[in-house]
Amino acid sequence: MLKITDLHKTFNPGTINEKTALDGLNLHLKDGDFVTVIGGNGAGKSTLQNAIAGVWKPDYGTIEIDGVDVTHMPEHQRAAFLGRVFQDPMKGTAPDMEIVENLAIAARRGKKRKLVWGVRKAEREEYKRLLETLDLGLENRLTTKVGLLSGGQRQALTLLMASMNKPKLLMLDEHTAALDPKTAAKVLEITDRIVTENKLTTLMITHNMKDAIAHGNRLIMMYDGHIVVDVEGEEKKKLTVEDLLNMFVQASGKEFASDRAILS
Amino acid sequence: MAFLYALPGAVAEGLIWGLMAIGVYISYKILDIADLTVDGSICTGACVCAVLLGAGVPAWLSILIAFAAGALAGVVTGLLHTALGIPSILAGILTQLMLYSVNLLILGGKSLVAIDPRANQLLLHMSNNPGAILSAGIIVAVVIAVLYLFFYTEVGLTLKSTGDNPDMSRAQGVNVKFNQVLGLGIANGIVALAGALLAQYKGSANINDGRGAIVIGLAAIFIGLSVSMKIKPNFVVSLIGVIGGGIVYYIVYNFVILLGLKTDYLKMLSAIIVALFLAVPYLQEEYFSKPKVPHPHGAASGKGDDGHA
Ligand SMILES: Nc1ncnc2c1ncn2[C@@H]1O[C@H](COP(=O)(O)OP(=O)(O)OP(=O)(O)O)[C@@H](O)[C@H]1O
Ligand SMILES: [Mg+2]
Repeated sequence: MLKITDLHKTFNPGTINEKTALDGLNLHLKDGDFVTVIGGNGAGKSTLQNAIAGVWKPDYGTIEIDGVDVTHMPEHQRAAFLGRVFQDPMKGTAPDMEIVENLAIAARRGKKRKLVWGVRKAEREEYKRLLETLDLGLENRLTTKVGLLSGGQRQALTLLMASMNKPKLLMLDEHTAALDPKTAAKVLEITDRIVTENKLTTLMITHNMKDAIAHGNRLIMMYDGHIVVDVEGEEKKKLTVEDLLNMFVQASGKEFASDRAILS
Repeated sequence: MAFLYALPGAVAEGLIWGLMAIGVYISYKILDIADLTVDGSICTGACVCAVLLGAGVPAWLSILIAFAAGALAGVVTGLLHTALGIPSILAGILTQLMLYSVNLLILGGKSLVAIDPRANQLLLHMSNNPGAILSAGIIVAVVIAVLYLFFYTEVGLTLKSTGDNPDMSRAQGVNVKFNQVLGLGIANGIVALAGALLAQYKGSANINDGRGAIVIGLAAIFIGLSVSMKIKPNFVVSLIGVIGGGIVYYIVYNFVILLGLKTDYLKMLSAIIVALFLAVPYLQEEYFSKPKVPHPHGAASGKGDDGHA
């Protein structure tokens, strides 16, 4: 499904701010894989998601989605294959537009947009049902401006938008990190349901090791721009947070730097 | 009494400037781009219209061609910004400068071309203000109706989202660069259309027409939205508010002239009005909002050194 070969990206090359964020990363996802991604601050997790999404071009290496080489495809074209939820809850939705309008724009991702009515009548009913599944009461606020919603509501809405049209790959970047624990748990539960129901191939970045173990069928750990741990199936199910911490020390020779991941 | 006498003219001219402000609304409010092409493209509209009328082209056709000319100018700004990576403010300034030469070329090297109201079937002229109000009103209504329809199409919605959240738009497969070019084209087309109407109304096109138009447009937007957002913050009400803002601006303008102020000094007044509207949200935030938890020096959250000492 996703095949990344020898991916390199250095930011601000030749300056004192030079930073190699991806350093020869290889990753191969099978159809239907639900992979959780962990790693310390600055390991390159968001950079990996941005590379796949095409926010900028990598310095070296290739990215293939479902057999198509997308390495040089512009971001908006690649979006046809991808569903994306950002780390920042403000990034995934248009605040000054209505909930339905946001959904309608997402529903046309990867399709040719025409000079026809942007939200059809029948769609409203469809979106109402879709929003009901979130169980956040949004189904009664179709014409509310998204900017008036809470961070958790916006993130849940973004998740719904990202999963529309069954993307070939769903990418979630710490999409619950900015939410309170209760909302975070709820959004994670919705994530699990959406991924299983639609059988989506998924890449879920998280800072929470417990979440990383509890969700998905495969877990990868990033360090310094590449993948240092990759476990799946039965082996992954048996993982504990301690195992992960030990693996991190082994791979990096350092203590895991983020308390955020160990607490909670 | 003299003020009442000047009122119909102020309304007619205000309608036209309100139309221009709708163009500014599209770039500034919808696309979130402060587009300075406007000062040039309004003049381009006037020049194109005056010259075409002089060549015997019907008035309705000449305003359509003026629209196209303005749209082209907007596309140039859009391409400077998206294809060549020039910051949008600078891209607009560059096009504006180019347009000065282009406009002079259109006028055949003269700085003023008169329109003979007797030789042409004009859509509107200052000799008949009620008629001008009617014509301008109809054109404004048509433009608002078309924009309403357009901005609720599949394409139109993505134009709104492009300005509202470019990250989200790209993630949803929207070609943000294309939309910026398209939007700037539409915006400046409307501005040039207003310029063409203005030339007919005044009976001439002048190479200096439109200097400071962006400021008048912004003033009309701020005046209009301050009212319309309180009534109903939707698209059509906003556009009508902007038109209203243009009319209010011109009524005030005429009133101030009657008080004896020279028109040349009015630019200062316009600039102050706009500066105030732009400053108020900032001042409210900075000086009149409730005190927040004080943050230690140097650890200011992402807002530390943006330069106001
Ligand atoms: N656009 C950019 N310009 C310059 N440097 C960047 C850019 N994006 C990322 N970096 C740098 O690349 C490194 C990896 O960043 P990245 O955001 O991928 O980390 P991350 O694993 O997502 O961390 P976190 O858990 O804190 O979100 C960091 O050192 C970061 O500063
Ligand atoms: Mg990150």
